[in-house]
This record gives sequence, structure tokens and C-alpha cells, in this order.
Amino acid sequence: MKLNRKNKLLIGLCIVAVILIIRLFSIQIIDDRYKMDAENNSMVYSTIYPTRGIINDRYGNILVGNKVAYDLLVTPREVEAFDTATFCNVLDVTPEFVREKMQEYKKNRRRIGYQSVVMIKQIPPETYMRFAEVAYKFPGFRGQARSIRDYPFNAGGNLLGYVSEVNARYIEQHPGEYRSGDYAGQTGIEAAREKELRGVKGYNIYLRNSKNKIESRYRDGEFDKEAIPGNHVTTTIDAELQHYGQMLMANKVGSLVAIEPSTGEILTMVSSPGIDVDQLANIGQHYKEISSDPYKPMFNRAVQAPYPPGSVFKLVNGLIGLQEGVLTPETMYPCSMGYHFGRNKLGCHAHRSPINLEESIMMSCNAYYCYVLRNLLENKKYDSIDEAMDKWNQYVRSFGFGQKLGSDFPSELGGFIPDSKYYNKVYRKGGWKATTVISLSIGQGEIGCTPLHLANLCATVANRGFYYIPHIIKDSENIRIDEKYKERQYTMVDTTHFTKVVGGMYRAVNSGYGSGGTASVAAVKGLDICGKTGTAQNPHGHDHSVFICFAPKDDPKIAVAAYVENGGFGATWAAPIASLLTEMYLTREISPERKPLEDRILNGNLMDRVKVRK
Amino acid sequence: MIDAGGHRERGLKQSIDWKLVVCYLILVFIGWFNIYASVHSSEPASMFDFASRSGKQFMWIMTSLGIAAFILFVLSPRVYEGLSVPIYLGTLALLVAVIFLGIEVKGSRSWFEFGPIRFQPAEISKISTSLMLATYMSQLGYKIGRIKDFLITAVIILVPMLIIVLQSETGSALVYVGFIFMLYREGLSGWLIFMLGMAILLFILTLTASPFVAILVLASVVSLCICLYTGQGRMWLMVGVPLIVLTAFIPMTIDSIYEGQAAGEQSAMIINNVLSANGVDIPATEVTSPETAQVPDGNEGKSLPLYIILGMVAVSLPLMMYSAYRNRSRFAFLAIISQIAGIALIFSADFLFNEVLQDHQRKRIEVLLGMKEDPSGVGYNVNQSMIAIGSGGLFGKGYLNGTQTTFGFVPEQSTDFIFCTIGEEWGFIGSSLVILLYVFLIWRIIYNAERSREAFTRIYGYCVACCIFMHLFINIGMTIGLMPVIGIPLPLISYGGSSLWGFTAMIFIFIALYRNEKKYF
Repeated sequence: MKLNRKNKLLIGLCIVAVILIIRLFSIQIIDDRYKMDAENNSMVYSTIYPTRGIINDRYGNILVGNKVAYDLLVTPREVEAFDTATFCNVLDVTPEFVREKMQEYKKNRRRIGYQSVVMIKQIPPETYMRFAEVAYKFPGFRGQARSIRDYPFNAGGNLLGYVSEVNARYIEQHPGEYRSGDYAGQTGIEAAREKELRGVKGYNIYLRNSKNKIESRYRDGEFDKEAIPGNHVTTTIDAELQHYGQMLMANKVGSLVAIEPSTGEILTMVSSPGIDVDQLANIGQHYKEISSDPYKPMFNRAVQAPYPPGSVFKLVNGLIGLQEGVLTPETMYPCSMGYHFGRNKLGCHAHRSPINLEESIMMSCNAYYCYVLRNLLENKKYDSIDEAMDKWNQYVRSFGFGQKLGSDFPSELGGFIPDSKYYNKVYRKGGWKATTVISLSIGQGEIGCTPLHLANLCATVANRGFYYIPHIIKDSENIRIDEKYKERQYTMVDTTHFTKVVGGMYRAVNSGYGSGGTASVAAVKGLDICGKTGTAQNPHGHDHSVFICFAPKDDPKIAVAAYVENGGFGATWAAPIASLLTEMYLTREISPERKPLEDRILNGNLMDRVKVRK
Repeated sequence: MIDAGGHRERGLKQSIDWKLVVCYLILVFIGWFNIYASVHSSEPASMFDFASRSGKQFMWIMTSLGIAAFILFVLSPRVYEGLSVPIYLGTLALLVAVIFLGIEVKGSRSWFEFGPIRFQPAEISKISTSLMLATYMSQLGYKIGRIKDFLITAVIILVPMLIIVLQSETGSALVYVGFIFMLYREGLSGWLIFMLGMAILLFILTLTASPFVAILVLASVVSLCICLYTGQGRMWLMVGVPLIVLTAFIPMTIDSIYEGQAAGEQSAMIINNVLSANGVDIPATEVTSPETAQVPDGNEGKSLPLYIILGMVAVSLPLMMYSAYRNRSRFAFLAIISQIAGIALIFSADFLFNEVLQDHQRKRIEVLLGMKEDPSGVGYNVNQSMIAIGSGGLFGKGYLNGTQTTFGFVPEQSTDFIFCTIGEEWGFIGSSLVILLYVFLIWRIIYNAERSREAFTRIYGYCVACCIFMHLFINIGMTIGLMPVIGIPLPLISYGGSSLWGFTAMIFIFIALYRNEKKYF
């Protein structure tokens, strides 16, 4: 044979063929690796879902537990003609649903192949038992037990959040952690503590033959993996108190937040109207209804709604005044139905005059704080009002306002506290002076803070000058919380200045009717409640009713903030609500003489006053 | 029968190359049976059920036989030469049009859709390009060595190839590289194939090993070629080999020096020695305290050998040039130019790899070269396909008894990965047999092409052989992990009408051309 080009090419062809055949020989006959892998391939992994961690309240009561429900799985390839009527009857579904599903499977038969798909989700055990009795009539259908959420208390729907099946986007955002069909916490604590709660999936391994029939356990389950249940999460919530708070806030729009001042633990956090736990358990069915509710129950007002704080903010201005030296506890200011500047006036209600700091808090005098703020902003210490304004801003921020407090609760918002830059933008530089922004003195104007901020302010005053970052997860063996929650956060105001303010708050509540104290309605014998009312002006309708209080005065156990939208005076709705919650927490009952008040609150309905965009 | 020219035709039996036809039929039916095997569990229908893939394939086979009969008995083989230019230009127009009008399938725009029928102009393009090449290159006075002829030939191949690349069908475009074997048969210098192979080798070496290794290999090969050409093979053995071996140790030596440095004080001394041996003076304080001793970072250590070998090349190149000039050796000059081009390629390899290639292509190459283990991502296909083939063993699991290929472990199992089904169910024996059938097919085409007295038939035959060869090598190479995952079908076996029709037409045009010559003798 001549070694011409044709033959060279033919030799090349043979060499390539030989290379391919040698490679085939090596992977088909010599190398065992691929045969072992092939064994793995014909194994079927059947997932064992872990039970999700339980969420407890601060005393160990179960807030969120688990119960069993069944998913009905169907392997379309194995389904034979069946009695649709019986099927629908035992499973409470319509024939249309069944027909629709079966058609869908037929359409996707190539994709589904021999796999099983979920046909009906979360069937209650009673229904499933009915099906199980007749299951032999329905080859290709089987149930898969699955634990779903169970809520013993109707407490804290918004706090707890819901769990639902992960969607494609969620899987993408958490690469490698979830697969279609898994459940994950979507909001609230369920979302914030998803990593601890979810546990670890396990699996059973089965072998199958080329007809996809399961033949046996793989090595008697030697390589199976047990599911690891999720960790328990202990919250700082007091379940009964939370439930009581929700009852108080029923048919009102607003928030109620209670904090234990000595730890920063959130005892109660109500956003009303909220989500009922019954709806949480089956969020899929209720989601539409909830999200189209004009009162927005998904919206957690307690941490997300920025409101003007109203008169409770006078406490902050008073404290800053004391620290800056523009004010002493003995400073007296006059009030003639308000504060007059030029031709303008910031009005006030009728009370005796002149008054000192304690009385100004007790009677919630507007004029007094106009003097204070003006003295703060026109303080000779500072070169310009810009500088004074920014100093004021720093003080206010040191109370936690105007920023996220850093709680462990997801989707907390920061609110807003203005500074000189902001006013320079609005009025241009030099175009504003103390009287322009005078409404800041009484907590109106360009201030936005959440009810959580207000509760935190109350806790700060109760602690006489410091707070712990409010949090909702309790330190426990399972879950250690961040060290930052155990550190005292001091404000820029010396702790010594707080006593006077506390005195004013005490007198506001405990001076008796007729004394001029604004919060006499909140007084409970023996509890030494200290409080401050607020009435936040609302240009769109009734004023918002605000109240913060803590008790007992000398050893504060609870600090509460109540914010009732369109509730009118602070003393009308917010003060009773906050004081009832305080009383319930401290004594675990409501005293007989306050029963009528409780009745009024429980039955009160302010929903008509709230304007909503339908 | 007497035709117009008055020649007596030979009977069908003699004039058609029945061996080729039988080989074609065997492959086509192997394909049909295995497509049924790969889909029978997810589509438990009969082999003839038109709703399933095997049924459809049966329909494609029947229509293909119709096409074959049409080409053999109706169409005059003489039309091809005359019509090749319009066919070629028309196909180019289709190739461009499909980019704008076609539907998108798996990220590439290369399919037209007419109701239930999809078709890929790239399949026709292989035929039209082959015809065009045959027409142009069979002209009287054509010489591939002449620059103008060579360039036009290259353009004929490259234009459709580039348009197909624009369609993101890199796999189909790669097939055109195979035409180089036909060009070689027609007189193209063998060095071109050699250099193409070298370029691929250098590219892979740069990516998997390092530019250092790639340059070393390049320098060794170039010097060996020069020495062999000039008859100084013995000198290469005596001087070149020791030099290459010594150079190969440079990176290790430098590594150990740098490791020593990291160890601490001792390193400072070594550097001191090295530097002072080089006549560099260092202030004592900088050396004695380990904190201030300047320890070069790892990157510098890694690129140092590269600079050394580049320096060596830079020094040796002018010397080689001088000797080439003195000997008036054109070959040596070309070798030096190739060496420079090779080094340029090595340094642009990273750029080509990271910037020019698309993401998925890069990943496939990375997995193939073992640069990244990725058994669940990109490597999934290859891994699953090798498992399927590997599990077949010597005799296979038997027809319809495969477990790997039936449950969707292997993707695209009836199209690009059909060889897995064959490997799993028919084992080593069966899959080797299929490869041998292809070898016979290609061999027979080349054999006939060589026997033809017309250049047109010969060149076209070689084109057909090259196309089938490239498909065979790339496709089977992909399923057994020798090639990156490149989605092109296995000729005649893979599911799909477009591809089957294309190859049928291609092969039967050749059979018709060859028969046309034969039947007058």
C-alpha cells in the first residue's frame, strides 16, 4: 500500500476510531467507577421533611406548633380509570378540579414521566382518613404526611409571620438550599429565624428497576438519613398579654407595643388590624383576601408606620433642654392659651399659668415647649441655627429616633428626624428660623417615628436614661442572641435629668381628676403608673390618640406605647388601652372599678373614622 | 434502456453502490430502534405511533427514502455542477434570514418553523458548500498552492461557517473545520493540519498547565522540526533534550526557593546569597530582620519561570534567524514565524477563553479539561452520559432494559445523546460495532471517491466523508467525555428530520454522482 494522501487520511480515520473504541473499552469494561455510579442512579431518594421548630412565648407556652396534614400525591402513569364521584366526595373537591388536574398531567406527561406530583395540598387528617379507607380503589394516588403550622393562641399573627411553599424566585435567591415543594418562612419571626426553624431534610433510599418500580430499600436503609427537626425558638412575647392587647386593639387601627425596660424584650406587639392565626395556617387560601383588605393587615404598623409622635415628644425636648442648660426644673413659662409669635400662635388648652417643667409634662402645655425649643435653637452657644438644629438632631437620634433601632424584627423602618440640611433644602439656607419649625417642640411637623420608637422612648425614660435595643427573640440554649441586645444604649442626656421628667409623668397620671393632669384615666391604684399623653394632629381626619406609660414608677417592669389612629385625645383611647395592658401584665387581672373602662375599650369601634382608599 | 447519448446503461444492480446503501439503511434503522428505546418508557406507544418520537422518526425515515429515490432516479446528476452556485448563494441567504426570522431553540436562532415542521438551513449548507467546493476546485487549472485559489476556497468554507457561528450554533460551524482533510487530499500542505493540531494543543496546555509549559512544548517541537529538516536530529537529542529537561525544572526550583522564604530567616539568607552572588548590594538591616525582608508575593514567584523562558526564547530567536539567513532556509524562517505566532496564541489564550467564548462554552471546556468538577451543573450531561455508557459493560443490559437512559437521567437522549442508549443497552460490542459501521461508511465513500475519474465527484465525496467524520468524532467524543459538550447530532441515528434528510441527501447525491460515472462503462 502506498503511503499517499488518501491512505494517510484513512489511517487517520482508523486511529480516531481506535481511540473512540479504546475509550469505550475503558469506561465500559475496565473502569468500575461508572458502574457504581449507575447503581446510584437507579436509587430513588424519597425526602423526609423535618418538623419545623416550635415558637414559644417567654414562659414556654407554644405560640406556633405543628400538626399533621397530608399532601395527596399522584403518579399520573399509574392512574387507572377511577370513580370520580367517590373521589370528589371523600376529598371535598369538585369534579372540575379533578378533570382540570388530570388534563394538566396529560399535557405535561413527558416532563412528569414516572414522577409523582402533588395534587392536593394540606388535607386535614380527618379528610385524609376518609380517603385512606378507600385508597385501594385509586391506584396511583397516595398521601404524604407533612407537618404544617398550628397556632394554639390567637396571638401575634403579624409577628409570627407565615410559612408557604417556596416559589421559583425564592429558590433562586437561596441557591442550593431549597427545592420546589419545600416550605419556608416568608414574613415575621418565621422568616427572620428560618435558618434555625427549618431543620435539615433527610431521605430514604429505595432501589428501582428499569420499569421504575420500587424494588427494595437500599442496603436495608443503611445509608438513609434521618431528618433533623428544626430548633425551637423562644420569643420574648407574653402570649396572653399579646392576646389581650389584640382584643383591646380590636376594631381600631393602630399599634400597641410593650417592652420590658430592664431587658429591651418586646412583651407585646400588636398591629391592628392584623392577621388572624387561622389565616396564617392556610395563607394560600387567604392571601388574596388579606392583601386586598383596605386596612392592610399585612402592614406591620408597629415597626413600619411613621407617625408624628405628638405631645409625648415633649419629654425628649424637655430632656434636651435640661442637658443643654437652657432649662432647669424650676424654669417657669407662661401660657395664655398658646404660644404667640408675631401674628401667629401655637394654641394650647386651658390650664393654670405659669408652670414649671413637671407641671408642663403633667398638663402637656404646648407653649412651654415652644419656649424650650426656641431657646435650644437660638442658643448663643452655637454659631448658627444650622448648628443648633444639628445638635438637636443628634440628641433626638441618641434616643433611637430617626433610624432603625436594630431590632431582630424584619422590615423595621427608621422614621425621620429633620436636620438643618433638610430645612435648608425646603426653605433654602437662612430662610427659616426657630419659629418656622416650632411645631417640632410638640412632636408635630416633619417628624416620623414608629410605635416601636415610642415604646423605646418610654423604656428609656423608665430606665432613667438608657435603653436596650428592643428585640423579640429571647436568649435561649438553642439560639443565642446577638450581644448588642445586652448592651445598654445611653442617650446624650445625663441620667440625672430623667427624674424630673418621670415626676411629671407620674403626676400626669396620679394627680386625680380636676388637677389638670392629662392622664388620670390611666391611674391604677397601687401600680404607680407614669405616663404621657399625646394627641397627634391629623389634617386628614380625627387626631391620632397617643399614650406612653411605664410602671411601677420605681421599679419599671413594663413600658407601653399605644397609638390609635383617629382616636382623638390621647386620654380617650390610647391611655385606657395602654394602662389596661399595663394593669393586666402586672396583676394578671383588671380591677373591678376599671371593668367599665375595659368594656368601653373592648367594644369600641373606630373603624368608621379611618379613611381608607378602597 | 438506451439513453439520449445512445449508451447502454448497466442495470441498477451494478451501477448503484449497494454496499453503501445497505450501510446507510442499517444505521438509519439502528437509530430508529434506539430512539424507541430511549423514549418508550415516557411515551409507551408503539414504534409507529406518530405522536411519539419513534413514530415520527419512522416517518422521517420513510420520507428520507423518498428523497433518496428522487435523487437516484429522478434528478439528473448533471444538475449539481451547474446549479451549485445558485444553491450555494441561496443557502447563504437562508442562513442569514434564519437569524432574523427563525425561532429560538435553546439559545440559538437556527431553525425555521413551518407549522409542525422545523428545519435547519445549516443542514443544507453542508451540502451546498460541498457542491460549491467541488465545482470550484474541479475547474481546470485550479491549484490549491496558488494563493488566489486557496483564498477563494477558504472564503467558500468560512462564509457559511461564520454565519452559523452568528446563529450561536458553534457545533455545526465546527464541522466545517473538517473540510481541511479534503483540502489536504487535494494538495494542501500537511503542515497546515499539523499547525492546527499544535494550536489546539497549545491552547489546552496554556489553560490546563501554564503558559510556561506551553512555551516549552512549542520551543521543543519547533526546534525538533528544524533539526529534523536540516538533518541534525542527533544534535537535537544531544543539546536540545538536556536543555529542555533542565528548563522544565525551573519552576520547581523557584517554588522551593519561595517556600524557603516563607519559612523565615533562612530565606533572607538565601536571597542574600543569590543577590550578592549577582552583585547586588543590600543593606544589612533589611536582610537580618524577617519583618523587613522583602518577600515577594506568590504571584511574582509564579510568573518568574515564565519570564526566564521568555528571555531564553528572546535570546535564541535572533540566533536562529541568523542561521536561517545564512543557510537560506525558507523552512527555518517559517518555523520561527510559527514559533512567534504560537507564543502570541499562548498569551492570547486566556483572552480568547475568557472574552471570546460564551459562558456555557467556556464551562463545557473547563469541565472537559478537568479544570472544574461540576457533576451536577455543566458536567451533569457528560457525567450522566458516561455513567449510562459505562453501565452497559461488555454486552449491554439488553434492548429496552436500560435504566439510565430511560428515566431522563441523560438529557437529549434521543437526539444528541442517542449514543448513550446504544452504549447502555448494547454494551461495548454494540457501540463498537456502530463505530465500525461509520468507519465502513466513510471508508467506502473515500474508496469510491478515489475511483471516480471526475474531480467533481471525488472532491464532493471527500466533503461528505469529512462531514460525517466530524459529526461522528464530535458527537461520540462528547458522550464519552473526549470532547466538550457540543450539540450536534450523530448522523443518521439521532432523532430529527432535518438532520436525517440532510445526511440522506448528502450521501445519495454522492451515490448518484458515482453511479452516473459508472453506468456508462
